[in-house]
Amino acid sequence: MSTPEQQISEAIQGAIADNEVILFMKGTPEAPRCGFSARSVAALEAIGTPFAAVDILPDPRIRQQLSGLSNWPTIPQLFVRGELVGGCDIITEMYESGELAQTIGVEAPGDAPEQAPIAAEPGAPPLTIENNLHRT
Amino acid sequence: MPTTAELKQRIETTIPGARAEVVDLNGGGDHFRATVVAPEFAELSRIEQHRRVYAVFGPDIGGPIHALSLVTRAEA
Repeated sequence: MSTPEQQISEAIQGAIADNEVILFMKGTPEAPRCGFSARSVAALEAIGTPFAAVDILPDPRIRQQLSGLSNWPTIPQLFVRGELVGGCDIITEMYESGELAQTIGVEAPGDAPEQAPIAAEPGAPPLTIENNLHRT
Repeated sequence: MPTTAELKQRIETTIPGARAEVVDLNGGGDHFRATVVAPEFAELSRIEQHRRVYAVFGPDIGGPIHALSLVTRAEA
């Protein structure tokens, strides 16, 4: 029998493994609930990368388990191909230096072909985590 | 409520040779920005540098210190 905490932890690890670019944030990309999360979403949208987003607010255990896994105390947290890239400060610094697009592997804006940003798609991961929560 | 002077002191006494500048972002005593320069950062990745500063405050991050925005450098 796994505990609800273990189920949340597994759901988080699954979401990180399944999504090349995933942001754990407060609120959603359409309605961020914190300025740091909003700034991080704006940086990702500006480089035109699709990304999954998980709202950590619905259950405090999501943040506890996430911070335990990532050894990072604050939200937002950006993962690219399974690796923690950083929080808002690092995302912003990397955006400004062009490193963010490089790390994610998208062309810098301007050189990029016309592409509809899919950033607003919340995707499956948050639902998976929410489902696990409701099942307990 | 933590003060900028307290945060500065905790960083400088915990990380050897560190120099910190701390500002209160909104005057509310819970959102801060710290610029930290420490020799040991030369050996650390940016993410490890931030972890090192967060570790100074442990569970106070997300507690009394709601947000701590960081700029870290190895040299002034």
